[in-house]
Amino acid sequence: MAFGRKSKKGMSAISTASLPDIVFMLLFFFMVVTVMRETELQVEVELPQASELTRLEKKHLVDYINIGPPVDKDRYGSEPKIQLDDQFAAVGDIQAWVMACRDAVEEVEIPKLTTSLKVDVDTKMGVVSAVKQELRQVSALKLNYSSTQRARTGSE
Amino acid sequence: MARRELTEINAGSMADIAFLLLIFFLVTTTMDSDEGILVQLPPPVPDDIIIPPVKERNVYVVMVNSQDQLLVEGDFMKIGNLKDGAKEFLICNGVFRDLPVREDFPVRSWVRKAEVDAKVEEYRSYVANAPDPNAKKAFEDVLEKWEKKQKAIEIFGEFKELPSSALISMQNDNGTSYNTYIQVRNELESAVNELRDELAMEKFGVTYSEIEQLANLGEGGAIYKDRLYAIRMVFPQRVSEAEPLNLGTY
Repeated sequence: MAFGRKSKKGMSAISTASLPDIVFMLLFFFMVVTVMRETELQVEVELPQASELTRLEKKHLVDYINIGPPVDKDRYGSEPKIQLDDQFAAVGDIQAWVMACRDAVEEVEIPKLTTSLKVDVDTKMGVVSAVKQELRQVSALKLNYSSTQRARTGSE
Repeated sequence: MARRELTEINAGSMADIAFLLLIFFLVTTTMDSDEGILVQLPPPVPDDIIIPPVKERNVYVVMVNSQDQLLVEGDFMKIGNLKDGAKEFLICNGVFRDLPVREDFPVRSWVRKAEVDAKVEEYRSYVANAPDPNAKKAFEDVLEKWEKKQKAIEIFGEFKELPSSALISMQNDNGTSYNTYIQVRNELESAVNELRDELAMEKFGVTYSEIEQLANLGEGGAIYKDRLYAIRMVFPQRVSEAEPLNLGTY
């Protein structure tokens, strides 16, 4: 009685019916967590790390400016460039672009528009300061310096 | 017809389809970090406006050069010490008690309950007797400020406030790297936020950011907003940026 009946010879096939369920769960996770990338990033941006971060709530009220060295260095060189939506632009194009972004939103929400700067860590401040001046001229005063989270510096 | 056994559907290919869909989504989407340091740019100043000079002691000068070195109030400083320096500046001669006055720091002055109550009464009578809607609005704005002070005294008791011209001034060079600029900006913001958190912890047992979240949720009435304004009045956000220099070659 110590041993029951021996199992049949040969391995029984592992049921793979639940495998797609697991994969669908992963899929739904990614669908919920991620955002469809709207614009092709043409500049390489490594974001800085900071501790005093605020989360931007309404994505449709945020406009992005990317600044960094171009991905395609052979064609565009390695000096930092400004990317507005999906094209390269010059500092002088920023005011017109902000107006265009304002047209795309309801009039009531215009004061809530935030501009998010995604700038590479090694960029020199000359370009960034010029961009900020342009934003000030057109009264786009809510600015966000995109960064990744880190802990606060401890007291030394 | 001979009875056939129900053949099991081979579920192996379902997994392949699911993997394909998964890889498609992995490739086309981004886990965008939509967070960052939120700042309010100052409105553009027309060229002909003359800015009145501010007393040197009321300004905490932070300068960054093109070599990413910090010069704070005329001395070199490592970025790790910047937050403590800024906190010292903001506390200056004590917030709820009297600490010795320092020559190179601003002087906080007591906000007395009797004075604030008198001002509130005064402006209430101005609002009531306003000759026209424009004047009324102007008086109401000033009244609001005095009422906020009154609420702050109710919450904290009498405290000492920073002079209105006291500020932390940041100036960078066109050749400063963005990372250093962000770190300096971050340290200055964290100085204010830490002071606010410490005050909130001491008086209410929660951090300032927790009160902010509670206020945003909107429940519990105006008490969280009142606390928020009171903390902000004791430790206001006073970081301002000067025009960048163009000294370094880069």
